[in-house]
Amino acid sequence: MTQVALPTAEPRPRLRQLGTFTAMLARDLRVLRRQFGQFLLRTIMQPLLFVFVFAYVFPKIGQGFSSGHGATFTTILVPGLIAVSINFQGIQSVAIPLVQEFSVSKEIEDRVLAPVPVWAVALEKIVAGAIQAIIAALVVFPIVDLVHARGAAPIIHVHSWPLFVFALVFSSFLAASGGLLIGTLIEPRKITLLFSVIVLPITFLGCVYYPWATLSPIPWLKYLVLLNPLVYMTEALRASLTPQLPHMPVWAFSLALVGGSIGLGVLALRTFYRRVVS
Amino acid sequence: MAQVAEISELEAGAPIRTVGLSKVYRGRSGAIKAVDALDLEIARGEFFGLLGPNGAGKSTTIGMLTTMVVPTAGHAYIEGIDVERHPAAAKRRLGFVSQTNTLDRQLTVRENLYYHGRFFGVSRSEAERRSDDLLKRFSLSERADSMVFELSGGLAQRLMIARALVHRPEILFLDEPTSGIDPQTRINLWGILRDLHASGQTILLTTHYMEEADSLCERIAILDQGRMLALGSPAELKADYGAETVIVVTVDGEGSRLLEEAERLDNVLRAEADGSAVRVFANPPEGVLVALIERAHAVGLEVRDASSQPPSLETVFLSLTGREYRE
Repeated sequence: MTQVALPTAEPRPRLRQLGTFTAMLARDLRVLRRQFGQFLLRTIMQPLLFVFVFAYVFPKIGQGFSSGHGATFTTILVPGLIAVSINFQGIQSVAIPLVQEFSVSKEIEDRVLAPVPVWAVALEKIVAGAIQAIIAALVVFPIVDLVHARGAAPIIHVHSWPLFVFALVFSSFLAASGGLLIGTLIEPRKITLLFSVIVLPITFLGCVYYPWATLSPIPWLKYLVLLNPLVYMTEALRASLTPQLPHMPVWAFSLALVGGSIGLGVLALRTFYRRVVS
Repeated sequence: MAQVAEISELEAGAPIRTVGLSKVYRGRSGAIKAVDALDLEIARGEFFGLLGPNGAGKSTTIGMLTTMVVPTAGHAYIEGIDVERHPAAAKRRLGFVSQTNTLDRQLTVRENLYYHGRFFGVSRSEAERRSDDLLKRFSLSERADSMVFELSGGLAQRLMIARALVHRPEILFLDEPTSGIDPQTRINLWGILRDLHASGQTILLTTHYMEEADSLCERIAILDQGRMLALGSPAELKADYGAETVIVVTVDGEGSRLLEEAERLDNVLRAEADGSAVRVFANPPEGVLVALIERAHAVGLEVRDASSQPPSLETVFLSLTGREYRE
């Protein structure tokens, strides 16, 4: 993959390859702009319905969850729902088009012939997916923060901007890396299982509706969910948005988010290579 | 500008060269030699054909030349660049039109060309200019703003060729471009390819259609089961390997009963029995068919069918492999 000692005059190959990379990114953003309505719909619907039922309807009809710690359920929910949006969008925006490009449309054959190493084509997909996950988080944030019944307002504000940006960016990269891995491994006819077998369990066991620390009464579950990347996304967002509530230590989720992004990312680049080069 | 200087420095080397190029696929059922020690050299501006039946190793060969398949042994060079060691540099110099429609379904016709150019480092304004030129040249201007899934098969293929040309590749690869397309589209495509060749474009095409290779290519390599059986211009191949006319007589009994009689006839070089048929290789062929029918009657066989096939790439293939060519 190295570009040393080329037998021919190749003016600044690295710079030209960077140009190819940004052109591929520009293509993906062009497509995102064209389909932005769809993107908004699939991003907003789930969290909107969620806060509508749990933060508006439930308090109104006198049902609710007590969270202990003196916080409303909505305060717990907001970082969780942002993390769910990042996770869902990061996985979906990479995995679903990729599965199609591998099978139905074979478009991947052409993209892989762009004049960059194959891993750069795969990395671009992660970056484009991460950008979509970040946009999803920024769209969902105001909705889940503002939709609630009177008296059920979440107590949310960005306590640490660097931590918030860190959580946002690395959660997005982790989700997009996972999306690339899934997209390169899953068979097209099994794509419908993506939601029931992967996305749903991740979401329900991702400490979205409860902080991780509160799982102590069920120790086996508390440690089992540490395999779930979404747990670290929710906990990182809790640490930056609702530090008054229990959350994992910063070093723990930072290690998981950064290590997971790199680990899953490298693994996905390899499975991608194996799919396109025989 | 840099592009121009680059090309002139490379002028000396052959656009495509392979040395002992081999690919072995290992599966549960053992190892399959898809390509076996292929040595090729293709000259600048040449229209070259890889011809062979399905499974001959054509697509694997094109895959190795275009960085998609890693050779098990040997080397492939594009413009002197080792494809395996410097895939990105090799990719910059090639354009590829695959068997299937790989157009970007999310983009319009024009955007397919524009972004392809951008991927290859063509500037924004230049990519726009080249897209417009190619749209005009390939009569796609009216459809420029259509989404590509609205295109018919023939138009989609034209767009794929146009796309492969945006970055002005040294070599254009086409993998089975005419399989599964209607006759009219095929004739149009042949016209396009002939024009490209006339403008100096180096082209490597794979096909399993004998007449296509015969009509388009300056030189042909015949592949079968991963090996190159013959290499030359269509005329050379016919002269060297397929000079015999193939006469086939089908009888109502065992063809082998006629075999000895057939071999004794004048001008028959050799004959083989195949079930109820006898295949005779004759040069010159005059009178052989009539004599063969007479001999069949003499040994008490009824002739059901008789045919005579003049020298063609099909008879070349038959004479090289001993098998009928099945597309």
